[in-house]
Amino acid sequence: MKYEARVEITHLPGIADPQGATVERSLPALGYDNVTQVRVGKSIRLVIDAADEGAARAQVDEMCHRLLANPVIEAYEIELTELASTP
Amino acid sequence: MSARVGIVVFPGTNCELDVAWAVERLGGTPETLWHADAELRGADAVVVPGGFAHGDYLRTGAIARFSPVMDAVARFAAAGGPVVGICNGFQVLAEAGLLPGALQKNAGLSFLCEPVECRVETTRSALTALAEPGSVLRLPINHFEGNYVCDETTRRRLRDDDRIVLRYVRNPNGSLDDIAGICSEQRNVVGLMPHPERASDALLGSTDGVVLLRSLLATASEGAAVA
Repeated sequence: MKYEARVEITHLPGIADPQGATVERSLPALGYDNVTQVRVGKSIRLVIDAADEGAARAQVDEMCHRLLANPVIEAYEIELTELASTP
Repeated sequence: MSARVGIVVFPGTNCELDVAWAVERLGGTPETLWHADAELRGADAVVVPGGFAHGDYLRTGAIARFSPVMDAVARFAAAGGPVVGICNGFQVLAEAGLLPGALQKNAGLSFLCEPVECRVETTRSALTALAEPGSVLRLPINHFEGNYVCDETTRRRLRDDDRIVLRYVRNPNGSLDDIAGICSEQRNVVGLMPHPERASDALLGSTDGVVLLRSLLATASEGAAVA
């Protein structure tokens, strides 16, 4: 089965996010003075071929841990969508 | 015997010639090591120089740590060999797990290219053995991701074990505890954001980096003599 994985990478809570802080400081200049907790992260998409969703998730999780994210400063979330198989 | 200093070159590294020039002038023998080669060719010390290894794609140092040469560097470090990561090299060593923590974007999101003052916090490291404790060195920084972060346990351990090697006198990038450089538990692996090789001649505006490079060469020669 093929799955599309969307990985969202954000800063761990408690780790400073200079990009988020800068964006948050800029928004009031445009009149949006009601915005807080801006976080800027990264989004990675990939297609993975695996036996089932559990196997796909386990592999993407391992990729995140080993390369896609830095567990020292980043957290990640994985979203999987099964792709329609092509005949 | 002149110490052999292996200088690791990844695609995108751009400070290897500066380091080689400075090492040679101080009596060492520089040897560039291509990242795809899995051996250190008899180096007594290893420098991972600055630049943009593998384009800094994904995160600084993230891809570089998988280059074949890094296994050899890790083995060399585990055996007590002196390893110094400068700027991008520090980021590579942190990603490779040879040093704790991570370097992230500067607070204020500015690329910083300026001389800064750094205090020598400990002389118990491969890079500061010959330096005067508490002395202030004027060294150039040149980075976008030099903002050191780590968890609270690591922070305490770095402080308690005297592993903060250099601190900024005036913090330029938001770095935790003003950290400019740290060392490993064994004190032979050192990472720092400032560039000592760019402060190794009066013509460059400062010679304060010389004592650091001399310390590295001295540590390397000791190791070579023991081996």
